[in-house]
Amino acid sequence: MTALVIRGGRLIDPAAGVDALKDILLKDGRVAEVAAPGKLKQANGAQKLDAKGLIVAPGLIDIHVHLREPGQGYKETIASGTAAAAAGGFTAVAAMPNTIPVNDSPEITRWMQAPERGAFVRVFPIAAATRGSKGDALNDYAALKSAGAVAVTDDGRPILKDNIMRETLAAAARVGLTVIQHAEDTRLTQGASMNAGPTAFRLGLRGMPAEAESGMVERDIRLVTELRDARAHLHVAHTSTAAAIAAVRQARRNGLRVTCEVAPHHFLLTEEHVGLYNTNAKMNPPLRSAADRDAMIAAILDGVVDAIATDHAPHALHEKEVEFENAPNGITGLEAALGLSLRWLHKEWKMPLGRVLSLLSAQPAALLGLKGRGTLTVGSFADVVVFDPKAEWTYNALDTKSKSRNTPFDGWTMQGKVRWTISEGRVAYASKGREANANPA
Amino acid sequence: MNPTATPARRPLHPPPVSASPFPYHPGSLLSAEDLTLEDLSRILARATALEAMDPLVRARLLAHRRVALLFYEASTRTRTSFELAAKGLGADTTLVSSLSSSIEKGETLKDTGLTLRSLGAETIILRHNSSGAPWLLEAETRLPVLNAGDGMHEHPTQALLDLRTILAHLKPTAKTLTAKTLAGFTLTIAGDILHSRVARSNMMLLPRLGARVLLCGPKELLPELAAATRPGIAIERDFDAALRQSQAVMMLRIQAERLEGVQLDLEEYKANYQLTGQRLAVHAPAALVMHPGPIIRGLELTAGVADGPQSVILEQVRNGVAIRMAVVERALTATARPATNKGGRA
Repeated sequence: MTALVIRGGRLIDPAAGVDALKDILLKDGRVAEVAAPGKLKQANGAQKLDAKGLIVAPGLIDIHVHLREPGQGYKETIASGTAAAAAGGFTAVAAMPNTIPVNDSPEITRWMQAPERGAFVRVFPIAAATRGSKGDALNDYAALKSAGAVAVTDDGRPILKDNIMRETLAAAARVGLTVIQHAEDTRLTQGASMNAGPTAFRLGLRGMPAEAESGMVERDIRLVTELRDARAHLHVAHTSTAAAIAAVRQARRNGLRVTCEVAPHHFLLTEEHVGLYNTNAKMNPPLRSAADRDAMIAAILDGVVDAIATDHAPHALHEKEVEFENAPNGITGLEAALGLSLRWLHKEWKMPLGRVLSLLSAQPAALLGLKGRGTLTVGSFADVVVFDPKAEWTYNALDTKSKSRNTPFDGWTMQGKVRWTISEGRVAYASKGREANANPA
Repeated sequence: MNPTATPARRPLHPPPVSASPFPYHPGSLLSAEDLTLEDLSRILARATALEAMDPLVRARLLAHRRVALLFYEASTRTRTSFELAAKGLGADTTLVSSLSSSIEKGETLKDTGLTLRSLGAETIILRHNSSGAPWLLEAETRLPVLNAGDGMHEHPTQALLDLRTILAHLKPTAKTLTAKTLAGFTLTIAGDILHSRVARSNMMLLPRLGARVLLCGPKELLPELAAATRPGIAIERDFDAALRQSQAVMMLRIQAERLEGVQLDLEEYKANYQLTGQRLAVHAPAALVMHPGPIIRGLELTAGVADGPQSVILEQVRNGVAIRMAVVERALTATARPATNKGGRA
């Protein structure tokens, strides 16, 4: 494999505590050498990327995406979803199991990772916690793990039964897997299509109460407390309410292995963004109140949140061009996450760059135990994002590499433009004008 | 330390909510909220003028213009009065209902709307079971759309005809409406507020003319947050106390088709909220009794009250035709939006 040198950039590797001008040599899919500018020893003959004025960082990792394969290739394929990931600076994505059929087997888990899928970046399948995600019978976690699954979840069909959730947490802990819960007491959200509150009342829409999320998080934390000795790891997906964040905060103080992620739309938007029935502002969990949104920002800034994850959920145009109540939940997110995070968390709310990048790479890698990812120390995977932190640009949904363009961020100003995304040493994405430097796969 | 407390920090300035996602056709009537006081005055004046006009003259106003009625829900009053209104102005009407059309075969609202437009419909009157559907139809067809009731959301022409009924009794001389036209007037809306588009449209409309709207009903059908919808709205759960403050009372039907698991003890409900002759005589002997229909005699009100001297229920129905003539005429005569406004949802 060709060697690649990234020269003259500012390397920010939060996990390694590095923030300095460095040259970096990538070889055979790994980081071979990191040195002061011009001081690489083994760079002879390597192809060179000029990163002057740019930031070089560990490739971003999104631990919550829906790639829709198998079964719904008209919304997204593993190839198109990972192309969008690469364009957004992501070098690894963890794919949710709500495919058709549900990914509850080692066969599907392996199928998703097969070279024939044409993925541009690394795909880590998350397997279903229960058979068919029906919430009744546990899958064989050891077999799923050896097939490559990095966590288990029933995602959009949360595990309601206490005993099943307890068994899931215990069984996953035995093989060292994280249990991810989409926290929603679906008994409280039947027929609802947005956050419960004055806005839903005014729009004549049934609402999902915040308690449907926080109550489930509290229940799950009780179970993790019972399983404290087993070191069960609960990860709360797309946290959206102040009460759920408070529960996670308290669990952490109590020394429990409870982590959480927040999606950009939940730290930027509120239920008011539903506007007049904009189906591209419909997702689950829904956009919440301003107080909830502010709690997400505060929790990100003060470190309770472990990862920014997009919940990238592509849907075809015709599926979203329907009555609000009939539209499916979900928005795309991979190409907007970095630009929104830099624009708002860093520029507006003054979060240090290293911390923003850590939430998008080092921390999610650690959370799911992705070895050799989320850092650029020698020997790590050559997963790199190179971006121009100063570039402002306007997000145009039509330019997406995803098969779908259901985003509420169309036309938004973004900060920080990805120039190259390198996945295990190969250039998986190069921005316009930089393709010449792209390395054929 | 309190785990819910957030550390003190400088104020955050999150991204603002952008304005209206697309411009409406000026002939559309989607929400009672969209109408300015000037619009309201003009519509009411036009309703009166059209009602008084020689039917033969009136029938030339929209001769052979095409009006489509697209109904996804059952309707007697609204559908018939829209149809009579359009026909009274000379327009050709066509009715598409969900039970006898390609909607049954799975055609979407967008495609049904585009089909009607291609068939020459110049305006679409939409009744739909899903809140917000008229906005979708407007965005996709770019035609003037008249909201004839969308889910639990709004029913703006009902609010207009209610306003006309109220004004006829309380301010018969009012010509130009202002923010004070209904100052001092209190309307109680009682019953199933949660599921009522009529309640929401009246809540959006009447307080802007200075009226006070009291909402009355059990918690299951009237959540506390309803009072926060806009200024001028309050909750009074004691029906008798609400009646004592009111010059008009609007009774609502319990919408069994939208209850979705809400458990109600009907005997208890009747004891607390049924409008009976005795209740009316004791607490509001001069108040107008209104109802958007359909009425369920013996449930939200007694037959005696429905047929009694304070009832203006049938007057409301009659006002519906006049109001809808004005609104249909407005839809077909409003200047089309400028070509530069491409619209489309963001």
